[in-house]
Amino acid sequence: MTGWTTHTGRAAALPLANVDTDQLIPARFMSTPRSEGYGRFLLHDTDARIPEGTTILVAGPNFGSGSSREAAVYALVDFGIRAVIAPSFGDIFAANAANNGLLPACIPEAETLWPRLPAELTIDLAAGTVTGLGETLRFTLDETRRDKLIHGWDDIDLTARHAAAIAAFRGDHHNKHPWAVPARDNNGSGHPTGEEI
Amino acid sequence: MTTLLDRLWSAHEVLRREDGASLLWVDRHLVHEGSHHAFAKLDARGLPVAEPGLTFGVADHYAPTRGAPKDAAVARMIETLAANTARHGITCFGLDDPRQGIVHVIGPEQGLTLPGLQVNCGDSHTSTHGAFGALAFGIGATEVAHVLATQTIWQRKPKAMRITVEGQLAPGVGAKDLALAWIARLGAGGATGHAVEYAGSTVRGLSMEARMTLCNLSIEGGARFGMIAPDETTYAYVEGRPYAPADMGRAVADWRSLRSDADARFDREVTLDAAEIAPIVTWGTSPEDALPITESVPEPRSDHARAALDYMGLTPGTPLAAIPIDRVFIGSCTNARIEDLRAAAAVLAGRRAKVPGLVSPGSRLVKQQAEQEGLDRIFTEAGLDWVGSGCSMCVAMNGDSVAAGERCASTTNRNFRGRQGKGARTHLMSPAMVAAAAVAGHLTDLRPMLNGRDAA
Ligand code: SF4
Repeated sequence: MTGWTTHTGRAAALPLANVDTDQLIPARFMSTPRSEGYGRFLLHDTDARIPEGTTILVAGPNFGSGSSREAAVYALVDFGIRAVIAPSFGDIFAANAANNGLLPACIPEAETLWPRLPAELTIDLAAGTVTGLGETLRFTLDETRRDKLIHGWDDIDLTARHAAAIAAFRGDHHNKHPWAVPARDNNGSGHPTGEEI
Repeated sequence: MTTLLDRLWSAHEVLRREDGASLLWVDRHLVHEGSHHAFAKLDARGLPVAEPGLTFGVADHYAPTRGAPKDAAVARMIETLAANTARHGITCFGLDDPRQGIVHVIGPEQGLTLPGLQVNCGDSHTSTHGAFGALAFGIGATEVAHVLATQTIWQRKPKAMRITVEGQLAPGVGAKDLALAWIARLGAGGATGHAVEYAGSTVRGLSMEARMTLCNLSIEGGARFGMIAPDETTYAYVEGRPYAPADMGRAVADWRSLRSDADARFDREVTLDAAEIAPIVTWGTSPEDALPITESVPEPRSDHARAALDYMGLTPGTPLAAIPIDRVFIGSCTNARIEDLRAAAAVLAGRRAKVPGLVSPGSRLVKQQAEQEGLDRIFTEAGLDWVGSGCSMCVAMNGDSVAAGERCASTTNRNFRGRQGKGARTHLMSPAMVAAAAVAGHLTDLRPMLNGRDAA
């Protein structure tokens, strides 16, 4: 994943509250390999139409609520969306977004922007601002997620640096809490004891 | 001053970064067919699974409930899971395993879920496992790949919220009603950013099955975590499970400290009176669109509500108990455990359903137990289909779905548009309420049907 700091692009309103992950991508498409692209599945079964070329979506509260399906983010990203602006987001969705280069920008008054959206908006990740509306709007974003988006960081690489600390923790944790290690099946057959299979 | 959340968090925190994100150790990682994206990410980097012994797989999201998969894409998903887990040396409860079932049912059932553990799964209802006093939360595919590769997860500590429920639940009212009641009050995003601890005499009085239903639905109120301090009910449930600790005495001695101090401070406190809670149904397309069955379809006060009523084909002022249904579904990780099936069967015994429906037990072992108790005959004699175990009509990935425009009374967790199939209209409610709706052919208050029968 490559990082980014500013983006200028076409903005569109998605004037709905509670746009959940099942609306973002219906479950039946999720067995598709990612390499085939998920953009065509975005909001597939809904009446919502996002103009081609849109890169910034301005939506209502509780955007991306529901399931942990990262495919909801893939659908947005593959469609070309770089940022979603909304008053609030589902927690898991926001984490998934930041892991895929998609900005979940929290602006409490996002809904008031719907009738007055200009053709283009500019987002500055480092400054935490949205411009293009005549005024400068500030968005909030978890610091970790901001860093991840700016640097295009990959968590697995970051965590690899802590391998020694993790190994030490593991040993200590299992020593202190031996019950935390799964016991083997009681009868070793792979089946629960006493059950008639 | 310490909360249960604090205790669980610090017990798993490997380190905390300057920006406040914690690196948490993962005790149990559960994967399912949907984890294929994560395995692909791992393979793309040529990485092994760090802790195959702490990772368990199960086929559930795409599992067929009748015979073999009919659809090639569905069959491929299940085969991919089997291949990925086998290649990495991960135990998998696949389609040929008698322990197969829904991931959040079999984790506890097998004794993989225990108090004091940190449990992750690429599914938002992982909050279910918090019912044991575990730290448990759902994660996305990139995070699943991270856990596979490192057995750790980066997570910022959520705020602590406590929902205290005191008093006696009325007959026919249970954990599902309790959960929908708080979500209706606080909203579907009401607990976003929080870990919810459920407490109070009502919660203490709940069985493990009911506690799991309550914690399961935390995410529908926006909370990624739900939890309940373990007690004798918890230990009794865990004892004797296949993967339960050999030395239960030692484990229980440790687990007794897993609670919030009497003077613990929560960022948010909510109190509910159990006696005020009635059987609840949803009328809209978000779990927050919920009301007692004695009410009517509300006048819409927002664009969301107007759109929801339009999608659901409902008119304001219609009594909820007058809404006709086309089918019922009893299943899912929310309400397909043995107690749920017993509650539904108690209402259905000796009665006929006016509409068709599916009953899908949460696991094969639940199915087996239900059959030993004769519950399967009650369902089939009522005219409902008794099928295999899996996510089935909760998410409509395996081919079980509700047709467009059809209205389904369902024990599941999401009434989102299209969740049970394109154009499907879902009403969420408890298993006993679904059973009552099946008998009546419309949504209905189960209480007059109880008549001395025992259903909660
Ligand atoms: S039953 Fe439904 S909610 Fe539960 S794990 Fe399966 S798809 Fe998810």
